[in-house]
Amino acid sequence: MGLRQLRYTEVRELSTSLTPLPGRVGPPQPGAWERRFYPFEQLPPASLATPMVHAILIQALGRLGVAAALCAALLTSPASAQDAVPNANVAELVQALATGPDFTTKIQATQSLATTGDPRLVPILQALLDGNLYARKADKLVVIAKEQGGVLTLTDPLEDKQIGQAPAADFERATVNNRLRTVLQTALGALQLAHPDAIRRKASADALFKTPSLEMIEPLKIALTHEANAGAKRSLAIALAATELQFAATNDVRTRAVATLAVYADPNVRAYLSGRIGGIAAGAPAEEQELKAAMVIAVAEIERRLANWRILGNILQGISLGSVLMLAAIGLAITFGVMGIINMAHGEMVMLGAYTTYVVQMAFRQYLPEGLDYAVLVAIPAAFAVSGLVGIAMERGVIRFLYGRPLETLLATWGISLILQQAVRSIFGPTNMQVTSPPWMSGAIDIAGGVVVTYNRIWIVVFALLVFGGLILIQRRSFFGLQMRAVTQNRRMARSMGIRSGWVDALTFGLGSGIAGMAGVALSQIDNVSPNLGQSYIVDSFMVVVFGGVGNLWGTLVGAFGLGIVNKFLEPYAGAVLGKILVLVAIVLFIQWRPRGMFALKGRAVEV
Amino acid sequence: MRASGPFLFRAMGDVGGTILVVVLLAAAILVPILNGLPSSSPFFLSNYVVSLFGKYLCFALLALSVDLVWGFSGILSLGHGAFFALGGYAMGMHMMREIGTRGVYGNALLPDFMVFLNWKELPWYWYGFDSFGFAVLMAVLVPGALAFVFGWFAFRSRVTGVYLSIITQALTFALMLAFFRNDFGFGGNNGLTDFKDILGYSLQAQSTRTTLFAASAIALALGYILCRFLVQSRFGRVLIAVRDAESRTRFLGYRVEHYKLFAFVVSAMLAGIAGALYVPQVGIINPREFAPANSIEIVIWVAVGGRGTLWGAALGAVLVNYAKTYFTGALPDAWLYMLGALFVGVTLFLPKGVGGTTQAVIAKLWHARTPKASVAQPQAGVAE
Repeated sequence: MGLRQLRYTEVRELSTSLTPLPGRVGPPQPGAWERRFYPFEQLPPASLATPMVHAILIQALGRLGVAAALCAALLTSPASAQDAVPNANVAELVQALATGPDFTTKIQATQSLATTGDPRLVPILQALLDGNLYARKADKLVVIAKEQGGVLTLTDPLEDKQIGQAPAADFERATVNNRLRTVLQTALGALQLAHPDAIRRKASADALFKTPSLEMIEPLKIALTHEANAGAKRSLAIALAATELQFAATNDVRTRAVATLAVYADPNVRAYLSGRIGGIAAGAPAEEQELKAAMVIAVAEIERRLANWRILGNILQGISLGSVLMLAAIGLAITFGVMGIINMAHGEMVMLGAYTTYVVQMAFRQYLPEGLDYAVLVAIPAAFAVSGLVGIAMERGVIRFLYGRPLETLLATWGISLILQQAVRSIFGPTNMQVTSPPWMSGAIDIAGGVVVTYNRIWIVVFALLVFGGLILIQRRSFFGLQMRAVTQNRRMARSMGIRSGWVDALTFGLGSGIAGMAGVALSQIDNVSPNLGQSYIVDSFMVVVFGGVGNLWGTLVGAFGLGIVNKFLEPYAGAVLGKILVLVAIVLFIQWRPRGMFALKGRAVEV
Repeated sequence: MRASGPFLFRAMGDVGGTILVVVLLAAAILVPILNGLPSSSPFFLSNYVVSLFGKYLCFALLALSVDLVWGFSGILSLGHGAFFALGGYAMGMHMMREIGTRGVYGNALLPDFMVFLNWKELPWYWYGFDSFGFAVLMAVLVPGALAFVFGWFAFRSRVTGVYLSIITQALTFALMLAFFRNDFGFGGNNGLTDFKDILGYSLQAQSTRTTLFAASAIALALGYILCRFLVQSRFGRVLIAVRDAESRTRFLGYRVEHYKLFAFVVSAMLAGIAGALYVPQVGIINPREFAPANSIEIVIWVAVGGRGTLWGAALGAVLVNYAKTYFTGALPDAWLYMLGALFVGVTLFLPKGVGGTTQAVIAKLWHARTPKASVAQPQAGVAE
């Protein structure tokens, strides 16, 4: 809000210094927001961006030496902001664009149109530039049209809707010359730089950075002074500096532009500067050489900043990987920690959770399509229930007969994992299932320096921490957690205290499996949902548990995030696969050093 | 421990083992003869059957090596597939060198995949594999050396039980990832294949196939006798003590880690030999042999056959693999269910496996006549 208000004061300031302009029209539909903010009729109805465009354009055209023509246009124009019938006026100017008797008229029309700041005009000017603007021979009706095989598909220029097809022979294409083209490009750039939407302004600035042109220096400068959005401002500054570096007359300005660019840690800026350095030959004049030296320093500076950003990027990616590892491993940590058994079917519990997500999504699509965006929230408890129940069934059906024989348990659970995999393959087929992320989970934040974080990764980190916190609470604060810890520490003593260790085992196994199921919900958002989903995580999960130390949830947390970050730091140097190998070897060596993991439970027990 | 009875049984140790050795030697002699019969003869053995059972015998030797460590020293290795594959790669490298100019690119110096990757010279670790003897030596020494280094670290730090199982799994997983890489120099994803001949004899020839079969049978018989000798010796008694009560054995003054390490290295070497015999018979070796799932499957062969019986492990490997061949052909979808059920069923209902159960029955019968006999096998459920 503050942003708009500031702009409004600018508007006042600027409008007092400006002559009333022709074709000054309001925006197509002033938004509800603007009506709320400017409830009074006497306030300018015009688009807030409009005066800015005036300023941009007047100065820009002044540079071009056509300011006189513009002024003439302004003075001769009968309309003013207050009494204009906006659409009629714009329509007139558009008419002139297409059917004007000479290019001077068209240039004047373009300039007048640009000063309106009306975003609807962008496609019209673009159409003229691309040769898609036509006028009907019979009644001079102006249309934007796409030609295909002698037939034109017509679009009304101001209403932006299709109005049918007609033979191309009935229409005359609006002509352009080079001078008009230049004016058109400037006008387009200015219009876009003044677009009410900050994202559009940023996009047009980015486009100007990629194709800098001399004419845009002044519009960029003005837009930069008025810009309040940080992202757009940054793009504008980069575009301006790049344009100045390329076209400015004095070396002074260009050196300053290089210094400006050096501040921005952006891979594109680095690539641009490197390109410019390459463009300066060894035999160039001394001035050029100085500039080259400055650019080399700037590139080094950007390199240094980018390296710092990369470290942050690696840490963020590592945290993301770590959260995935933790989700996959923490259920294993519980079952292994409490019962001392290795559940090789743990990965399949994750897979069942992912398939549950798929089924829930399909059910929503079928019966409750309007709630589809929140299907994933329903899938979390559903996956917990499905995997948890399968886990309890496993424990009661197979594992409890094998207590005290960990190696046999390992083999039996491996067998169960094969059966579950094959069952899922029989039911759903061997191909990947499509689980779509809801809109509130898609998209990404571009932090800076090429570091991009997607929203679903952020949600998974949040989810992993919530799960972890919930588990800690259950373990520390609930009665069930108390029993669980008692059984972990001394099964026989716990039993003699009246704890039904069999039930504690079954529920613990169910809890661990259920959490694996919830991990499956998270993984379904970032990975392929296939029968092999679990297997790809099982080795990693074991590594995390063994690394962190059995029976200690904090160890699992530290182990998962530690391994995740180390993995991501090794990747740029060693490549993804070699990095993984190095991590595995490191863990194998680590186990030699601390056979019970990083945070081993201390005790006096010895196996006899 | 030594079984009593007729001379041959006493010499060989036990009934099952004796039968195994006799059958193997008979097969080594008879199969080439039966394979040489005209195909109309009722006793004719087709090439398919010969190479199939040749493969099974290699698996049996692999299972034997796992039984030596799992059945007698309580080390559940989930990474024995790695030793098997390393042995296979050593032999594969030799056969790649044998191809010479007959490869697709006709390069005398480099195997095809290196030409394809635009390599200019042979990596140093490929030197010497021109020689058959060197390759065989490497097929034994490389797995042995890996097992020595790995075991030395692991046993010295007293990594036992499931922890050891998991890090052996990590070992084979890491090796799999490494061998999948092209720049590792072992053919990457595709592995080594397209072999032409071994010691100058074409791999396609019937006589080569029967010879390889006989070699596998003899290797298995010798491997069995070696393992039998080891577990029957004083060394073997200590090994069993380690299996049943590691700490107690240590307190009695034995260097437990030395015993375990020796058994582990011998086992890895046997697995390497199995791999070296396997590759010429199937004609390919690729990184999928390192997959952790393969190594776990070896363990189930041993479990089905009977842990701690040696001959049972060999029998289990043949039985399970025969079932696999049959069912993946007849009911492809059902095989994984069956394999899974086998894992669960054997651990729950047949903890001694086929071999152990048979042995127990025989021992019972023998007991009726001579009360001295007893059987060496792990007691499931006691301190692992």
